Amino acid sequence: MRLNYPTSLRIIRVPCSGKVDIIHILRAFEKGADGVCVFSCMDGDCHFKTGNFRARKRVEQAQKLLDTIGTGGERLKMYSLGSGDGPPFAKYATEMHEKIKELGPNPIKKHKKNAA
Amino acid sequence: MSDTARSRLHRMLLEGHLAVTSECGPPRGSDAESIKKKAEMIKDYVDAVNITDNQTSVTRLCSMAACIHLKLMGVEPVLQMVTRDRNRIAIQSDILGAASFDIPNMLCLSGDHQSFGDCPQGQNVHDIDSMQLIQTVRLMRDEGKFLGGAEINRPPNMFVGAAANPFADPFEIRVPRLAKKVAAGAEFIQTQCIYNLDKFEEWMKGVCDRGLHEKVYILAGVTPFKSAGMAKFMKNRVPGMDVPDEVVKRMADTPKEKQPEEGINICIESIERLKTIKGVSGFHIMAIEWEQKVPEIVERAELYPRPKID
Amino acid sequence: MIIAEKKPIEEIIGYIDDCEKLLILGCNECVTVCEAGGKKEVGVLASALRMYFLNQGREVKIDEITLERQCDHEYLEEIRDVADQYDAIVSLACGVGVQFLAEKYHSQRVYPGVNTCFLGATEERGRWTERCQACGTCILAYTGGICPIARCAKRLLNGPCGGSSNGKCEINPELDCAWQLIIDRLKALGRLEDYEKLLEIKDWSTDRAGGPRKVVREDIQI
Ligand code: SF4
Ligand code: SF4
Repeated sequence: MRLNYPTSLRIIRVPCSGKVDIIHILRAFEKGADGVCVFSCMDGDCHFKTGNFRARKRVEQAQKLLDTIGTGGERLKMYSLGSGDGPPFAKYATEMHEKIKELGPNPIKKHKKNAA
Repeated sequence: MSDTARSRLHRMLLEGHLAVTSECGPPRGSDAESIKKKAEMIKDYVDAVNITDNQTSVTRLCSMAACIHLKLMGVEPVLQMVTRDRNRIAIQSDILGAASFDIPNMLCLSGDHQSFGDCPQGQNVHDIDSMQLIQTVRLMRDEGKFLGGAEINRPPNMFVGAAANPFADPFEIRVPRLAKKVAAGAEFIQTQCIYNLDKFEEWMKGVCDRGLHEKVYILAGVTPFKSAGMAKFMKNRVPGMDVPDEVVKRMADTPKEKQPEEGINICIESIERLKTIKGVSGFHIMAIEWEQKVPEIVERAELYPRPKID
Repeated sequence: MIIAEKKPIEEIIGYIDDCEKLLILGCNECVTVCEAGGKKEVGVLASALRMYFLNQGREVKIDEITLERQCDHEYLEEIRDVADQYDAIVSLACGVGVQFLAEKYHSQRVYPGVNTCFLGATEERGRWTERCQACGTCILAYTGGICPIARCAKRLLNGPCGGSSNGKCEINPELDCAWQLIIDRLKALGRLEDYEKLLEIKDWSTDRAGGPRKVVREDIQI
């Protein structure tokens, strides 16, 4: 099965969504990412039992923080899907791509240029 | 138990009568009329009236001033004092202040936590606890000394009491806890409101087995329910309160307009049963914002007229 | 250990909004363990602040350093050469570290980045609870090893109060009643009779009541 998903997406593999920390998400935005998606296993399917729950909590915290600092929490999203679940992945990726297109680029990029 | 009566309440107990006390909460303002009115209503039916000290941590006119108002109208007050709001300097100073007006009874308490009241962000003091407050008044009275060791010129002369809650946990230390209060110097005890009479009886048996009833006068606390709602609230929301299901049911099964009357009936039945329990020396009737019912309760429980003593 | 909690970023921004160069200074001790002010939290705060300023159209230089401790001269000396390059330092150490830093770098603006909460233990990951209030005269020997000063809401030395029910404190049904714990422990030790000993009125002069405290050990002074 070959599915198309937006080429704007850069995939970073982690052993478990629970490995994703707030600092990883923030660094991505700081380096200029326009959006960040965290893909996790479905609830109850975590190989490490609660990795995806932890990830969700961290994503929520990071969203709040991003709202406060003016980047916007809606640029960060978390999706759950089954492992090897191609079609939903492609669908979510496209959804996120559209969302980001609508929001425009990460505001810090233009400020960074201005400041330079 | 010493022989010289320090107050009317004390004399009543010394002479072997079943004592009756009640309590009034001071107003949330500086008009003392309401408390005087409450006292006027009940004064011929009780031996002394407790004045609460910012109960449930809601700020009110101070217990001491309200006690003075009562004293001036010829009603014997029991000064309640909590350790929540005063350090040992203020405590000793307030005791002397009360003694200067010859307020003859005092009840030593630790007080509800301030989080229940109108200043949940305030500090609490708890420099000493209620047991140590008993010790402090006894030291001041019996040895004529301040905590710091200096002599007191005209020491206070109060009859010293404490509270006991037979229903709080852990139950197994509830008798030892009373023993501790007696050892600290408590001369009378007013208990928490009693609804679970079986449990109270069990506690009293433990008290008598240790002979504590011969060392301290125990006044059994009762509070009439005004409504089924109040019974449920007391059962579910007041920490350390034990209201058996059948009592709540009895209130709930009564038609709404008859509930106040049923509440009084339950209260009187309780007093009747409490009279038969060994070691009970009297009653503390806490009719919360319902003081007008105290005369009826006292009369119907055959505790009226109050014995004449001089 | 000392338990602290991160301050809301809005509050921190309020302190440093006018700065062009900032240092976020973490501490490797207690605040690292309770995940409020270690290297990782320094990174998160620094990253968030950088983005905040960029979103405001400002490029503020924000450096990150985490010291072994902020309550010891020798470690604080490590930033001697750089400290004055910053408009302000946000310290993620406990209140002790923040103050020691401020004392040492007398003319430097120093701000707290955490709320210092209490002396406690890690009950489980992500859950810390209070154990001690550093009263200066430990009475644990008399209370079955459980502290009524730190753990009873009324710090009753001769508890429990009348509000103890089902093992919980009257102020909060999720809080253990310290006196229930004390009695359970005395029972386990076979020393329930100790309960009846009256604990004396406490000397609070070694507590905060006596003013700022100090411990001096002449035998180890140099
Ligand atoms: S008694 Fe004092 S020193 Fe000991 S644990 Fe309690 S607060 Fe800390
Ligand atoms: S319920 Fe227990 S812990 Fe709470 S104030 Fe009372 S004695 Fe202290």
